[in-house]
Amino acid sequence: MARNVTPARKATVTVLAWGIGFLIFFPILWTVLTSFKSEGDAVAIPPVFLNFHWTLENYAIVNQRSDYLLHFWNSIVISFGSTFLGLVIAIPAAWAMAFVPGRRTKDVLMWMLSTKMMPSVGVLIPIYLLFRNTGLLDTRIGLVIVLTLIDLPIIVWMLYTYFKEIPGEILEAARMDGATLRSEILYVLTPMAVPGIASTLLLNVILAWNEAFWTLNLTAANAAPLTAFIASYSSPEGLFYAKLSAASTMAIAPILILGWFSQKQLVRGLTFGAVK
Amino acid sequence: MTSTLRALFGACAVAALATVATAETTITVATVNNGDMIRMQGLMSDFYAKHPDIKVNWVTLEENVLRQKVTTDIATKGGQYDVMTIGTYEVPIWGKQGWLESLNDLPASWDANDILPAIRGGLTVDGKLYAAPFYGESSMVMYRTDLMKKAGLTMPDKPTWADIEKAADAMTDKAAGVYGICLRGKAGWGENMAFLTAMSNSFGASWFDMKWQPQFNGDAWKKTINTYVDLMKKDGPPGASNNGFNENLALFQQGKCGMWIDATVAASFVTGKDSTVANDVGFALAPDNGLGKRSNWLWAWSLAIPAGTKHSDAAKTFIDWATSKDYLALVASKEGWANVPPGTRTSLYENPEYAKVPFAKMTLDSINSADPTHPTVNPVPYVGVQFVAIPEFQGIANDVGQQFSAALAGTETVDEALSKSQDLTVRAMTKAGYIK
Repeated sequence: MARNVTPARKATVTVLAWGIGFLIFFPILWTVLTSFKSEGDAVAIPPVFLNFHWTLENYAIVNQRSDYLLHFWNSIVISFGSTFLGLVIAIPAAWAMAFVPGRRTKDVLMWMLSTKMMPSVGVLIPIYLLFRNTGLLDTRIGLVIVLTLIDLPIIVWMLYTYFKEIPGEILEAARMDGATLRSEILYVLTPMAVPGIASTLLLNVILAWNEAFWTLNLTAANAAPLTAFIASYSSPEGLFYAKLSAASTMAIAPILILGWFSQKQLVRGLTFGAVK
Repeated sequence: MTSTLRALFGACAVAALATVATAETTITVATVNNGDMIRMQGLMSDFYAKHPDIKVNWVTLEENVLRQKVTTDIATKGGQYDVMTIGTYEVPIWGKQGWLESLNDLPASWDANDILPAIRGGLTVDGKLYAAPFYGESSMVMYRTDLMKKAGLTMPDKPTWADIEKAADAMTDKAAGVYGICLRGKAGWGENMAFLTAMSNSFGASWFDMKWQPQFNGDAWKKTINTYVDLMKKDGPPGASNNGFNENLALFQQGKCGMWIDATVAASFVTGKDSTVANDVGFALAPDNGLGKRSNWLWAWSLAIPAGTKHSDAAKTFIDWATSKDYLALVASKEGWANVPPGTRTSLYENPEYAKVPFAKMTLDSINSADPTHPTVNPVPYVGVQFVAIPEFQGIANDVGQQFSAALAGTETVDEALSKSQDLTVRAMTKAGYIK
C-alpha cells in the first residue's frame, strides 16, 4: 500500500529538491553571469549578483584572440571519434563477457577498471615518447586513440551491465535460426541494447569533451580542443576571471545543450538495471 | 614529346619554383597568458611585414600548465615548440642540461650589452646567453599615499621592516574594511614561497648552507616567519592564507589594502583603469633589515629556443624582433609608454619619455638591487633570489609553502611549520643525493 503523502511533506521535498538542484547548478550560473561582467565587477567584494553593468566585451575579446571554431571542431572530432571507436571495440568485448563468461571474466573486468585508478601523469612520459616517435603529437587521430583507450574500461563496463539485462535465450534463439556471430551482435543484440548504447555514447562524449590532462599535454597549435582554449585565459598575474568565464561558457555551451536534449536517455541509461 | 606535354612540364616547373620562392616556415611559440604577451600577438602585423616568409602559431597557456607542457616537451625532445617562454628558474637548469640553444649569435643590432645586468646574469650559464628577456620584474612596496598622509606618516624610498610594521598598524581600520598590509599567503613555490624566500633573504636566512643542509631550524627563518605571521594576523585581511597575486590585486584595487608588497608588474594594474585608488598609489623599494639584502625578487619571462628545433633560424629571427629595442618603440607608438614591456633594457630607462611613467624608476631600482648570483647574506651554493635553481626546488617549495600557509591560517604554530619544513627538505635533499 502506498504511503499517504501530506501536501506539507510534498512541498518540503519539492523545495528541498529545487534547492539542491540550484546549489548544483549555481557554479555554472555564476560562470555565465561573470562572463557578462567587467574584470572589476568579477572580483568585487562583496560579490555582485545581477546589479552590475552587463557587457559583451569579454566575448568580443575572446573571439578576437582565439580561433574558437578550430578548437570546437577539434573537440567534436576527438570526443565523438574516441567514443565511436570505443564502442566498436567495446560492444564485442562486452558481448563476450556478458554471454560467454569465463572463469576470470570478473577479474578481467576489475583489472580493466583498475587501470582508471592509475594517475595519468605516471604514464605521461612513455605515452609522450610513443607519440613523438610515431608522429602523433598534436594530431586529432592521436588524441582519438588515447582517449579511446582511457575511456574503454568505462564503455565496456557500462555495456556489460546493459547486456547482462538482456535474456541470453533471445540470442540462443537467433543462433537456432542460423544467425552467425556477426549477425547475432549486429542485428539482434545491438538493436535491443540501443538505449544502453545511446546513454554510453552520450556519457563518453561528455567525458571525452571534458578531458583536460591528455588533451592539454599532447597538443600544441593544431589539435588543441576547447580545454586548451579555456586554459589560455587563466593568468597568474592580472585579472582574468571575466574573460575566463566567457571562454568557459563558450566551451561548455555545446555539451550543455546536448545534455539538455538527451537528459531522458542519460537518466534512463545511468539508472538502467537498478529498478529491475 | 608533344608541345602540350612540354607546356605542362614547363608550367609544373614554374609552379614548383614559385612554391619554393614563397615557402613559409611555420614556428610554434608557447607562451604564458599575460598582458605583454597578448599585446605582442596583436602587433604581429609588424613582424609579418618584415618577415613574410615566417608564420607564427601561438600556444597560450596558464603558467603552470605551460611549465608542465614545455618541460615534458623539452625533456623528451618532443619538438612541438620552436620558441618557449620560460622563467629565470628554468633557464640555468635547462641551460646546464644542454636543452637550450645559445643566443650568443643574435645580430649585433640586438645589442646584448643593453640588457639590464641583473636580468642578463640570470639568463646566462657559463658565459652563454640561453634566453632573451621579454619582460623583467622585481618586487616592491605599493602603498596608499592618502592613507599614509591621514596617518601622519611618510614612506621612505628604502623602508625597513620596522617602517612597514609601523605603517601597517597606522593604516589598518578593520571597521572600515581597510587592512594595513596585503601579502601572499596561498601555498605554492611561485606564490607564498616566492615572497617568503625573498623576505627571508633580508632577515639573513637562506634555504641551504654551502653543504646543502636545509636551514629552516635556524633563528633567521624563525624571525622571518614570525614577523610575517604576526604582521598579517594584526594588520592583514581575513582569509589571507588563500590570497595570491590576483586576490591581493583585487583587494588593493578596491581600496582594501594600505600596502601591498608584490611584483613590480602590478604597478600598471593598481594605477590602471580598473583601480579605484589609481591616483593614490606610491612606490618604495622592498623592505630590508639593514643586513645588506632587500626582500625583493627578480624574475624575467624570456624567450628561448629548445635545442634540436628544425626551425632555429626562423626562431632566432622571431626572438630578435620580439625582444629588440625596435619592438619597445613599436609598443610605445601603438599603446603608449606605460604599456612597454618593462625591466629588460638599459636604454628604455634612459629614455626621457619612459622616465615619465610613475613607476619606471622604482622598477629599475628594484631590479638593480636584486642579485641572483649572490642572493643571501651568507654564501650559498645556488643561484636564484626567490627560488633555488635546482630541479627539486618546485616540489620541495610547494610542500614547504603548505606549512607556511598553515601557519598563517593558524592550523599550525610557526615552530611546527618550520620543524616540518626542515624535516621534509632534509628528506627530499637526501633522496636527491645532495646530502650524503
